[in-house]
Amino acid sequence: MSEIAEQPSAAPIDASPALVIEAGRSEKNYWSDLWRYRELMGFLAWRDIKVRYKQAALGVAWALFQPLIQTALLTFVFGKLAKMPDGGLPYFLLVLSGNLAWQLFAGAFNGASGSLVGNSHLISKVYFPRMVVPLSAVAVSLVDFGVTFALAVPIIAAFGLWPGWQLILLPVFVGLTLLIAIGAGLWITALTVRFRDFRFITPFLVQIGLFVTPVGFRTDNLPNWRDLLALNPLSAAVDGMRWCLLGGRTEIYWPGMVTAVAVTLALVFSGVWYFRKTERQFADII
Amino acid sequence: MGLPAIEVSDLSKRYVIEHESRHDNLRDTLHHTARKLWRRFRWGTGFQREEFWALKDLSFTVQPGEVVGIIGRNGAGKSTLLKILSRITEPTAGKITLRGRVASLLEVGTGFHPDLTGRENIYLNGAILGMRRAEIRRKFDEIVAFAEVEKFLDTPVKRYSSGMYVRLAFAVAAHLEPEILILDEVLAVGDAQFQNKCLGKIQDVARGQGRTVLFVSHNMAAVQRLCSRGIYLERGRMLHRGNVADVIDHYLATGSARDRDMNLRMTRSCSWLRPVKVDLLVASESRRSVKTGEALEIRLAYECTEPSRMPDGITVSFILYAAGQKVANFWSRAGHAAPLPIASSGTVSCIIPNWPFRSLPFTLEVHLAYRGDTLVEVPEALEFDSNDSDLFGTGVVPHHSEGIVLLRHSWRATGA
Repeated sequence: MSEIAEQPSAAPIDASPALVIEAGRSEKNYWSDLWRYRELMGFLAWRDIKVRYKQAALGVAWALFQPLIQTALLTFVFGKLAKMPDGGLPYFLLVLSGNLAWQLFAGAFNGASGSLVGNSHLISKVYFPRMVVPLSAVAVSLVDFGVTFALAVPIIAAFGLWPGWQLILLPVFVGLTLLIAIGAGLWITALTVRFRDFRFITPFLVQIGLFVTPVGFRTDNLPNWRDLLALNPLSAAVDGMRWCLLGGRTEIYWPGMVTAVAVTLALVFSGVWYFRKTERQFADII
Repeated sequence: MGLPAIEVSDLSKRYVIEHESRHDNLRDTLHHTARKLWRRFRWGTGFQREEFWALKDLSFTVQPGEVVGIIGRNGAGKSTLLKILSRITEPTAGKITLRGRVASLLEVGTGFHPDLTGRENIYLNGAILGMRRAEIRRKFDEIVAFAEVEKFLDTPVKRYSSGMYVRLAFAVAAHLEPEILILDEVLAVGDAQFQNKCLGKIQDVARGQGRTVLFVSHNMAAVQRLCSRGIYLERGRMLHRGNVADVIDHYLATGSARDRDMNLRMTRSCSWLRPVKVDLLVASESRRSVKTGEALEIRLAYECTEPSRMPDGITVSFILYAAGQKVANFWSRAGHAAPLPIASSGTVSCIIPNWPFRSLPFTLEVHLAYRGDTLVEVPEALEFDSNDSDLFGTGVVPHHSEGIVLLRHSWRATGA
């Protein structure tokens, strides 16, 4: 084995610290790396939005049709057929406000769940903190939410229910909804890399979720079921967002809120833990 | 000399291949899946597993400003090494220290979206490769000029010709400004003229700007032109390293020795007919590189346990790929009127009297068929390189960008 003559060292090594790659070494700079790649997160979200509406004649209108029709349908089923108590509020608005939260969750959760496998060509060819991918999918759903929200507020106002100061707290509940979606989404997307079975489980979970979350009904009139529903953290998020949008005309169930925050934190921390644990093998098994 | 830019010590990477038994009906499949899932969840292991070391105890250092070519045949571990260096996958053991900003280009156009325009893809691809938005904006005009796609900037890239697509993709990557650049076989695409331009650009980056470059290619001419040092990998181990010309010689010389114990990887196989070896011969000597104008023999050695099953004889296809592109099919039905008789063991040879191709990497795919049914399929039966020769005896051949073949011809001039 021949050793090579010395080469003039042309590029001075700058002061940036050396990067060490070792088996099982979790990157120290993971979170600062994630921050450094925030632009990529934005670009991926922008790509997804752009591509979605690229050849759709109706464009962004699609972001409105689906929630509106679903709202009308749920109003009919729960309000007219099942005659659930409305507490003196227009049933359509109850469902609309609840559905706004639900759509945000469903969009973020669906997007995050399929994101890694959907971007497998990137995962196997480029390095970046993998969490960028599900987070960018969540960002996409936030844009959709902005569009539906902009439509929902005038509708609510048209019914004569002006939102009050409670609207200021909306970001809190949007944040709660997104955290639930991120926690659940991190679990599912990491599991899907290994077991593609989870691709079939996700739509099923979302379908069930719509009925075990108070989207089509309000919980303050169901005292017997409240505590059971509270185990689903989305109940609190939906209730909270409804409270904000309808100007405090519904009630927030505080014990339920506390449970929801606890469950959400558990979901997010465990999701991040599982994602980070499996992340290093993604490129090998995806 | 200061600290090395890249320090690799005792690097190993193990892959685990799981063997699943075959299932013919859904119930068996479900049963197996359930048991497998259960075992995975319970013990973290599936069924029988076979270990495969893609890299084993690899150590080397690269000084800042060096351009190192990594050569070796398919499956030697080159891509695995680059993937570990790029932090895409994790090593099983060992340690790597990288000093400086790293950019890796394992594929041209990673993350390009066909529905987005050229302009949009420049930004997207730049971000994926780790560039900041401001950085991309600053180099935007330079990228567009290099790719020569000004007129099509606002056209979706799905409407681009493949040449334009590759040019744009390479242009983005070429404008990364890392201290350590990792390149995998990126030149196997695009037309000769553009390949040449890319090589020039990489050369600029490496020589002019003093960056550290690791370069993987099957194209020995490109390696020789770009690199000062070489590392020769074989089945996950380093066989040789040093001056690039020595390493290439070593690589070309050891080719045939290694094939004696090579197992041909088949995508379709048959229990009674087995290809044993596929070899390339020039003047009855086994070779891994040929020159334009030489007479070649491609020889397939086989074993057959039941020759009586194939009384009509077989047809053989040697399908030739140049840099991944299918360029020719040597099909015995076309080149030889009758099917080729088969014995319990023997060889089938295809003789090519005048090899026309210039400097390109080639792979050969082998198909064996009986009465129109393909029995055996070997996708990468053979790899070899072709090199230019002084075919016309004039000491001059046209530039590489002027085509991929050299054809014997003569000239005549008339006039008063």
